Amino acid sequence: MVEINGLTKSFPTKEGTRNVLDNVSFRANTGGFVSVIGPSGCGKSTLLHIIAGIDKADSGEIKINDTTNFPRLGHVGYMQQKDLLLPWRTVLDNIILGLELRGVARSEARQKALEHIETFGLKGFENQYPFVLSGGMRQRASFLRSVLLHQEVMLLDEPFGALDALTRHQMQEWLVNLWRKLGNTIILVTHDTDEALLLSDKIYVLSARPAKIVMSLDVDLPRPRTHATVTEPKFAKLKAKLLAQLHEK
Amino acid sequence: MKNNQQQFKFPQVRTYSWVIPVIILFGLIALWEIWVYFGNIPKWQLPAPSAIAQELVASWELLSHHAYITLQEIIIGFFVALVSGVFLAGALVSSKILERAILPILISSQTIPIIAIAPLLLIWVGYGLASKVIIVALISFYPIAVNTIDGLKAINTDMIVMMKSLGASRWQIFSKLQVPTSLPYMFSGIKVGISLSVIGAVIGEWVGSSGGLGYLIKFSQPLFLTSRVFAAIFVLSVMGVVLFALAGWVEHLMLPWYYQEKRAKSINQ
Repeated sequence: MVEINGLTKSFPTKEGTRNVLDNVSFRANTGGFVSVIGPSGCGKSTLLHIIAGIDKADSGEIKINDTTNFPRLGHVGYMQQKDLLLPWRTVLDNIILGLELRGVARSEARQKALEHIETFGLKGFENQYPFVLSGGMRQRASFLRSVLLHQEVMLLDEPFGALDALTRHQMQEWLVNLWRKLGNTIILVTHDTDEALLLSDKIYVLSARPAKIVMSLDVDLPRPRTHATVTEPKFAKLKAKLLAQLHEK
Repeated sequence: MKNNQQQFKFPQVRTYSWVIPVIILFGLIALWEIWVYFGNIPKWQLPAPSAIAQELVASWELLSHHAYITLQEIIIGFFVALVSGVFLAGALVSSKILERAILPILISSQTIPIIAIAPLLLIWVGYGLASKVIIVALISFYPIAVNTIDGLKAINTDMIVMMKSLGASRWQIFSKLQVPTSLPYMFSGIKVGISLSVIGAVIGEWVGSSGGLGYLIKFSQPLFLTSRVFAAIFVLSVMGVVLFALAGWVEHLMLPWYYQEKRAKSINQ
């Protein structure tokens, strides 16, 4: 279980202190899929940076598996909007980067990666450089890089934001299937209400800066959800609720 | 349809890019030959290309003896510049204090003309190999250092966040992210540096030496051995071109991804 308790963060600027996070608390059950949704520039990325361990909060705590001492760097997966594959490494060597950083021998890491290459739709591209891949493939390679580290918690920062609509739908379905197979905890940050509703068990809505949780919504739509789910009345009702909150001033 | 045409044209453009400069070059040489022949220009003023070619053959032993000396100065000097330039770049990028202290001095040092300090070097280290090596190193050091610094700084913060979230240490971020990012920049510096190093060696020999192609030029000129001057210049430029091509070849070997990506992008455009 991931518990976020009272995170507060501000940055000094020329005009004085800018408060970004104001007492943000939420939780994600083990194996759960939680989305955090909010207006652009509300501090969603700052929140993920703190959860990933890249940045420190001014106050508040993060508990993973009931401990605040969980080593988050290297153990909490963090996928950004850009795939961030290294252009000088082949697809296979990009995928094993995390394992390599942990000190796993390259040949052993490659062996492990090859077991997954088909599930991730990258077969035949192992020895190509990343520029050859399509946007969706690049994103999947980036996922596999994290998945190989067996990270129980994965943070996704609008990972499909740069993809075209059709590819995005395919990737969303693919992600849900992957998540159900791996059973890890996913926290997704997005500003796309459809994406949040299709993927998550629970949605938290953040206010404009300084961000605080203004609403939590249980998504009790039955799974598997498909693109047809979007047209169901129950979906529309939940979406209306979300949008009403997001547009409130 | 449009796409097909572009793909068809591509290899043609590449062959042309080779052939045209060669044709122009031979045309100019032919014009030169004709001009000297019909204009009755004396050999000591401007020798014909054929006379230079004859000189190349006749004085080959002399030329290669001096070329060997120059090449030695260039290679040692260039490697001194490469090692110290890359090392300094690494040091400046990893320490803000060092960067603030040394970078302005490094940049302003470039306003001093090398030819002006060459005589001083002769006073300090003598007329031998050392003074030329230092001049070559000084002149090629700057582009290598500055480009490598730019390259080491060319990483974006998202990449660093990615590396950290995968558990990378500071050293791993440096060696597996910063260094590979900097390599194309470093090679740009190397290619400029290696061309400059030929100039550096000639300057050093010109100011004072007992051997090398610069020395040969300097002492052939008052004797009006003009075709020998030209022959020496020819050997120097061949040396420069070969060294440059060698640097490019090493670059292609070390950065196959960089060139594949560049080519793929140019085809798509």
